[in-house]
This record gives sequence, C-alpha cells and structure tokens, in this order.
Amino acid sequence: MPRTVTLTIDGASITVAENTTVAAAVWNLNGPDMRVSVERQSRGPICGMGICHECRVTIDGRRHQRSCLIHCQPGMEVATRHG
Amino acid sequence: MIVVGAGMIGASIAYELMQRDVQVTVIDASFEASGTTAEGMGHILVMDGSPAELALTTLSHNLWRALAPELPDAGQWDPCGTVWVARTQTELDALSGRCSTLAAAGHPSEILDEAQLREAEPELAPGLAGGLRIPTDAVVYPPTIVAWMLEGVSRSGGRILLRTSVAEIGNGCVELASGETLEADYVVNACGLHALDLLERPIDNAEIISRKGHLIITDRYEGMIRHQLLEAGYLDKAHAATDDSVAFNLQPRTTGQLLLGSSRQNRDTSRDIDSELMAMMVSRALEYVPGLAEVNAIRAWAGHRPATPDALPYIGPHPDAQRTIIAAGHEGLGITTSLGTARLIADHVLGQDPPIDPQPYLPGRSVH
Amino acid sequence: MDELSLGCVVVGAGPAGLAAAVNAAESGLRVAVIDENDRTGGQIWRSNRGALHPNAVRWLERADRAGVRFIAEATVLGRNRSDEIEVVSGDRPFRIKTESVILATGGRELFLPFPGWTLPGVTGVGGLQALVKGGLDIRGKDIVIAGSGPLVPAVAAELKRRGATVNAVAEQADFVRILSFGLKLARHPRKMFQALQLGFTLRGVPKHFSCWPSRAEGTDRVERVVLSGKRGTVTIPCDFLASSFGLIADTRLARLLGCSVDDRGIVVDEDQMTDVPGVYAAGECTGIGGVDVALVEGSVAGLAVAGRVDDARRLFRRRSVEQRFAAALEGSFALRRDVLQAVEDSTVVCRCEDVRWADLKDRESWRSAKLLTRVGMGPCQGRVCGAALCRLKGWTDPTPRPPLQPVPLAALTSSGQLQPR
Repeated sequence: MPRTVTLTIDGASITVAENTTVAAAVWNLNGPDMRVSVERQSRGPICGMGICHECRVTIDGRRHQRSCLIHCQPGMEVATRHG
Repeated sequence: MIVVGAGMIGASIAYELMQRDVQVTVIDASFEASGTTAEGMGHILVMDGSPAELALTTLSHNLWRALAPELPDAGQWDPCGTVWVARTQTELDALSGRCSTLAAAGHPSEILDEAQLREAEPELAPGLAGGLRIPTDAVVYPPTIVAWMLEGVSRSGGRILLRTSVAEIGNGCVELASGETLEADYVVNACGLHALDLLERPIDNAEIISRKGHLIITDRYEGMIRHQLLEAGYLDKAHAATDDSVAFNLQPRTTGQLLLGSSRQNRDTSRDIDSELMAMMVSRALEYVPGLAEVNAIRAWAGHRPATPDALPYIGPHPDAQRTIIAAGHEGLGITTSLGTARLIADHVLGQDPPIDPQPYLPGRSVH
Repeated sequence: MDELSLGCVVVGAGPAGLAAAVNAAESGLRVAVIDENDRTGGQIWRSNRGALHPNAVRWLERADRAGVRFIAEATVLGRNRSDEIEVVSGDRPFRIKTESVILATGGRELFLPFPGWTLPGVTGVGGLQALVKGGLDIRGKDIVIAGSGPLVPAVAAELKRRGATVNAVAEQADFVRILSFGLKLARHPRKMFQALQLGFTLRGVPKHFSCWPSRAEGTDRVERVVLSGKRGTVTIPCDFLASSFGLIADTRLARLLGCSVDDRGIVVDEDQMTDVPGVYAAGECTGIGGVDVALVEGSVAGLAVAGRVDDARRLFRRRSVEQRFAAALEGSFALRRDVLQAVEDSTVVCRCEDVRWADLKDRESWRSAKLLTRVGMGPCQGRVCGAALCRLKGWTDPTPRPPLQPVPLAALTSSGQLQPR
C-alpha cells in the first residue's frame, strides 16, 4: 500500500504520494505559476534541480525555499504567490 | 582638467567641474565604478568622530539631499534614516551626547528609549537600552550614480577614457601606460587604494592602507528592516587604527534585500573571505536582529576601504606638485563625502572660498 | 562548530561521485560524500518517487559496505586552508579536515532565452524529467520538447511512456549531423541499442530537425510554441514546453577553489587531479560525456586519491574509449547561430532580476553589466543568465563567491543553531 503525506498548500489540504516534491505537489494542484517576479510576472520552475530558483515558495513560514528540492512532509504549510 | 579614477570620488569631481563649465577628461584603467565603489554599502550619513569628519560629512550630506531629486531611479535613493542602537545605558548616554553634537551641526535627531526603539524597528531584539534616530540619513546604489554622472560629463563635452591605464601622475601631467603623456592645468588623483603609488613624487607622512571589510547580501525580505541600523560602538571601531574588529551594520535596500556588515582588518588586500571573522560579524548581527537567523544569504564578498593614518581623507594639492590634487583615502565614508570632496576641489581650482575649512584634509599634513 | 576528520571528501552524489567515493573507501580511506539534494543519485540516477536506478543501488550498496558517509542537503562554502573545507548542511556549519577533495559537481542544462520562455509551464528538458520524477503529473497532457542534445529524445520517450502526448520533438541540429552521431554509436553497442529503443518508442511522434523554439505563447501559462526552421515556422499547441540546449559542466565550486577551467569544464590531468593540489575532479564537471565516462573518471579519481596509481592506470584505456563518445557528442550538437539570435529586446534574460536583452546587448563585460543592470544579482547568482550571456555576448563566467547556494545566516555563524520557532 503506497504511503501518502497530507499537507496544506495555500490553505487547501491535500494528500500526495510519499516522495513527492513540493514543486510537483503545487504544480499538480494549482498549475506552474507559483512565484511572482521582480516585475510582477508569474513564474514557475524550469530546471527541477535547485539552480534556477524559480520554484521558490514559503514553507512553514520560511520564505524563499526551493520547492523542487524539498519533499512533502506531513503537516507542512506551503504558501505560493496565491496563498 | 584631468581626473584619474572613475569611481564615486572621481565621478563626483568631474560632475561638479562640469557643472562649473570646466572641461574635464576622466581616465580609468577599467570601467566606471569598478573599484571600492562597487564593493561598499552606499550609506549617506553624518559621522561625528571628529570635528573635521563632522564638517565634511555635514557638507556632503546636504549636497546629497540637494542632488536627490535629480538622481536616476536606478540610483535607488532611499531616505530611510539611520538608527544607532545602544545595548546599555552607558552606550545610550554616549548617543545622547552625539544627539546634541548633531543638533548643533543642523541635523535633527531623537533619542529613543527601549520601547520607542522596538516601535521604530520591530525586528530588533528585546532588552536593548535604546537608540539614536537620524531621519535625514539615506541609502544609495553608487555604481549607477557614477554612470549617470559620467554620462552628464560626456554630454557636456567631457571625455571619458575607460580601459586606459595610467603609469604615473606628475605635476599637472599624466603618463599613460601606452607612453602617451597628457597635460592639464590640474590633474586630480582619485585612484583610491593606489592613489599614492601612482605619484611621481611621494608625499611625506602620507599613507593609504587597505582596510578590508566583509559584506553579505540576502534574498528579498521586503519590509523587515526600515532604517539602516548601526551598533553604538561602530563609530569607535571605525576609527580604531589597529586590531581586527566587527561592528553590527545592517542596511535595507530598496529591492527588499538586506546588506549586512561590517568588519575591519588592516592591510589585507586579498579578496578571500575570512570565515572566522565573517562568522563573528554574523553572530553579532544575530544578537541585535534575531530574525536574521532564517534570512537567506546569497552572496558574501570582501572589499577594501582606502584608509589613512588619521582617519581623514586627503583632499587638496600635492605639497610638492601644486597642479596635482589628491582626492583619496576616504575609508568607509567615500560615498557620503564624495560630493563634499568634489566641492572642496572645485573651489580650490577655481579660486573660490570653500564652505568649510580645507586644512584638516590637506595631503602632507603631519600625523600624530 | 562540528568538525570531522576524513581522508577524502567527495562533492556530488551522482555516478562520478559514488564511483570515486567507493574506490577511495574500499582502499581504506575515511570518505564522506556531500550533496545539495536530500537524496543520492545526482541527476541521471535521480530517484523516481523513492525508487532508485538499479545502477545507483549497486554503487550505494558498495558504498555502504565500505563505510562511506553521506551528508545530505549540504553545500561547500570554501576551503579555509589546504587541509580544511567549510560546509553548511541544512542550517549547520561544519568544518571537515581533509587533504583531498574530489569534485563531482556534475552538469546542468544550458537555457537560452527566447520570447515567452518565462511563461509558467516552459521548463528545461532534464528539468521537466526531474519534476516528473518528483511527482509532477503529465498523463494525458500535451508536451513539446524543443532544444538540442541526446536528452531531447530520451526525455520525450520517457514522458511518452509515462502517458504524456508528445506533440513534437525538435532538434536544432541538422539531421545529417544527428545521423553521423548515430553512426558513431556503432562503436558503443549498448548506447546504439538504447538509441534504437528510443527511436522505436518515439515512432509516430512528429520530429523536426534544424528547428528551434522561436517563441512561446499563452496567457497565464504556455499554450503553444512556435518552432522556426529553414523552411519557415510551425505552431504547435502544448501544456508543457521543455526546452534546453545541451548540458554544460558545473564548475562553480572548482572556480571558487581556484581550479583552472576551459570551455569544456574543469581542467584535470590523467589522474583526474586539477591544478590545485589535493583537489580532483571527475564526471560531467570535467566535460559532458554521460554516465559511463563519469563512472570511469570517478573510479580513477578515487584510486588516485588513495595512492593506488597502478590500479588507476588500468582504467585509462576504458576511459579513453568512453571519452570518444563525449567528443562525438560535442561536435554533433553544436548550436546554430539562429538559436543564439532568437532573443528580442523585451525578452527577459536574467529571470531573478527581470533584466531584459535591451539593457544588456550593448554592455561590454559581465561585471559592468552586473553592476549597472543587476543581471546576475539574484539568488541564482548568474547560473542561468550567465551561461546564456557567455554565448550571446562572449563574456566569461562570472566570479563565484560563497555561499554557492543560499544559506540561512545562522549557518554562517560558528554555532549555527537556528532557534526553534
């Protein structure tokens, strides 16, 4: 039985498979536009490996976390540009 | 006139001269603002470590505030003010003394008690005795201001010779590395750390050493810090001639990034990060603003302040070569005092009365 | 501050790093592998929802038996002295006493800007694969993969197998070049077999050669891509556009440590040693070549560090064979000028700071551009825009400064402990 993780993304509670990255969970739920750029453009991840910094979201109150490098943990609170 | 050095000092001088209809050629070995100007904080402040320092920073501060409306947006002029932070009552008493000194020099400031301090800066740690708030201080981003000034010089017919190395500066003449010699009524040497090395004739008692400092820039945390924050002891540490030291200095940039300093080490000209000293610098900062612990640092670097033995810059003619003017050795106040420096030099070459006594800054002065 | 004393530190837990660590540890050295990720495997062996590539499993088992330690989520800050490096792991700083460092920092994709490349949904080729391995759901979605290099068909095939609809695959190199590359594979039977498998998987998928993405379009996210080629343009709808132009070596840490690099990567001698004493390098970071050459180079480095010179030499011939493949790669996928000219004045080049091509095209050096436009001043510190501008403007790579990845300030103190919230 595959294990799951329940977390909150922009106030919505969702359950994902274990080993899902926060970036994937956010994208599957709300689409790729998870960040706002300096000139207020919508942005999403491009590199998937922590280089581009376009996947930054706030996790448990800490800003600028690279969500493609972080796996979903139970009870995590994720806030993107929408939350 | 020729100005050697296209940093903040050289650009300000060229800009002032241009405004007074003097033809200027600016020469730099690299590109504009590539030296110490690119490395520092861009804090415009009044410093009262000595009467001469107070006079020069006051003059300069007023000139900056007058220039502010004309600066380009990319210059990031932000009149956010400074708050000097006292940990103890003793430090707070010292700040009260400075409050009076500043008031006498025409700078309104106010003493804050512990509660008022936390209200002015909510991220400061509890338990600090209080602070001194100087609302008229500001922050700028120097490289784009230098570029703007030089564009102004160029548009008025001045010449800007970048990527042009100078081999030696004589009396009213400059020998380029290419062998060509340029002559002018006056040559201004605004070459910072290397200013004295380029002189054909040395100046007795004059010395410029490097005073290395570390800085760390963070990601964007808009609204976290409102003023530039300095620990009360910063002034003494900046003036102490010896010993490695750190002093809390935190600057909010208009981008929302925080620029964290400061440290001082004598005579180290390398760009390497001294990780132990930097660790001390960061630890000290965390004592004042604990919330910095979670703030992401994205880049650290080391820059070099050009420092003189008596903590005052050299502004004025070479004692043995009157057609060469020195404008160097501004330590950590180069950005602020660039405009005052420019004013003093322009007044000198045009034979006009300067607004402050130029004696304390003359090269060739005796050092105690 | 925590201190460790080791015989050898390996930076990077991909194939080269694992091979180096295993060989050094099996020779009796105390070895630790540092990686920025929280899982091992690097990129090519990236864990797929927790499941590891079977090759990775074999090397990890050997590593385990040989006592190799792993320090995850860690970044190297610098080398204080010739026998000490500073590392930050999570929020804690460490010092590691070691005389030998093996850099296996890998490669990363080359992104080139084109109008619309910043639309959400436009990703790299390897980037999309990495996101999918992390759980991104692409079943039933329309994907276009347009760029250059072997990753293009490899990822296209992988995503098709996972249920995506691959609307098009576009390679900017000419078909003739690709064909000649394919013929060179004849000397590498396994790779040839893999290529044929790919071709079979991609049967029926429209393939465009000598074509590149000239524009991505959409309102809030990418909806279609315009491919340009010698014979005009074609517009293809897509939910995902994966675009990158080959791999480049990740040499940041090497340059921070003072190692020389050339246009392929970190410069090393036959023992995989750099020109900084005690610092070795292996794998993609010394020149893109794929997993097989990475494994051999890593093994040579591990043996060399352990002083097993004869055993290292025994691997030289195999390394030469594998490096021939790398050379074939380079020539076949060279970038055409059109791809470097796709950028327009309003195209954002520095994504961190929103600096556009119009602000950059007349600048004369990286450093003056940085100081005057803010290019490269954001958290990626010029990794994405710098690589593109090296090719668009001929500039040299910007000087790296620590930290090489953003770290919380607490991690830069001696004690490093973050206060719990």
